[in-house]
Amino acid sequence: MSATAAGSTQISDQPARRQPVGLVFCCTILGAAAQVLMKTGANHMAGPGVLGMATNLPLMSGYCLYGISTLLLVLALKDGELSLLYPVIALTYVWVTVLSFLIFHDDINPWKLAGIVLIVLGVAVLGKGGKR
Amino acid sequence: MKTPVSHMLLVLLGSFIGSFGAVFLKSGAGQLRKGWMHMVISHEPPFFNWRLASGIGLYLLSSYFFVLGIRPPGELSVLYPMVSVGYIFTLLWSRIFFKEPLTRVKFIGLFVIVLGVVFVGLGSK
Repeated sequence: MSATAAGSTQISDQPARRQPVGLVFCCTILGAAAQVLMKTGANHMAGPGVLGMATNLPLMSGYCLYGISTLLLVLALKDGELSLLYPVIALTYVWVTVLSFLIFHDDINPWKLAGIVLIVLGVAVLGKGGKR
Repeated sequence: MKTPVSHMLLVLLGSFIGSFGAVFLKSGAGQLRKGWMHMVISHEPPFFNWRLASGIGLYLLSSYFFVLGIRPPGELSVLYPMVSVGYIFTLLWSRIFFKEPLTRVKFIGLFVIVLGVVFVGLGSK
């Protein structure tokens, strides 16, 4: 599987560049779920002690999801550019805002809406740039 | 409620450490070309993919600082824009460590995203 890596670089350049953005996309959805769990855990944390964190179930579940999302990020970085993929992680804010609205019933105001639109727009710009 | 400076510094420190975490993850991911086993082991001494391990370690460390920073009375409206500072650092490290080209598309995309993160922060009062 690894022997063809060097030879196929030129042929599979197009699909190989699109896939990393898709992987980071999945990574942001998992990351958002992780952040919601971590925020829930952080609100119930007594102090900054390690033991308090280890027994905090929402916080630990958040870390597990964070781990899986990091794994996806590593796979994406294998084939993609760091400068292109890292800002795509900002999509996490879009999902967090939507999840906060659905779970914590946070309000969605014009600022948040504009921010979400801008982030999606910026990611679209990067996604288009990555295809070339 | 006002966000204490100590919470801002914790989040800034978290994003700085996280940007280096991304550099190590990228550098460790390069070894996966030789096969999946290289997630853990490596051809050369010390026969261990320390780059990937360091990246994960730095990521854990950065999230520890994030958790401490977003604790009440930390306000997301102030802290979110500080997280996006990490994106700017990462762009710089990509250029320095991996010689990635910094195209106009990347600058525009990053600028629009950072602006978006600031807006989401402003709406999180």
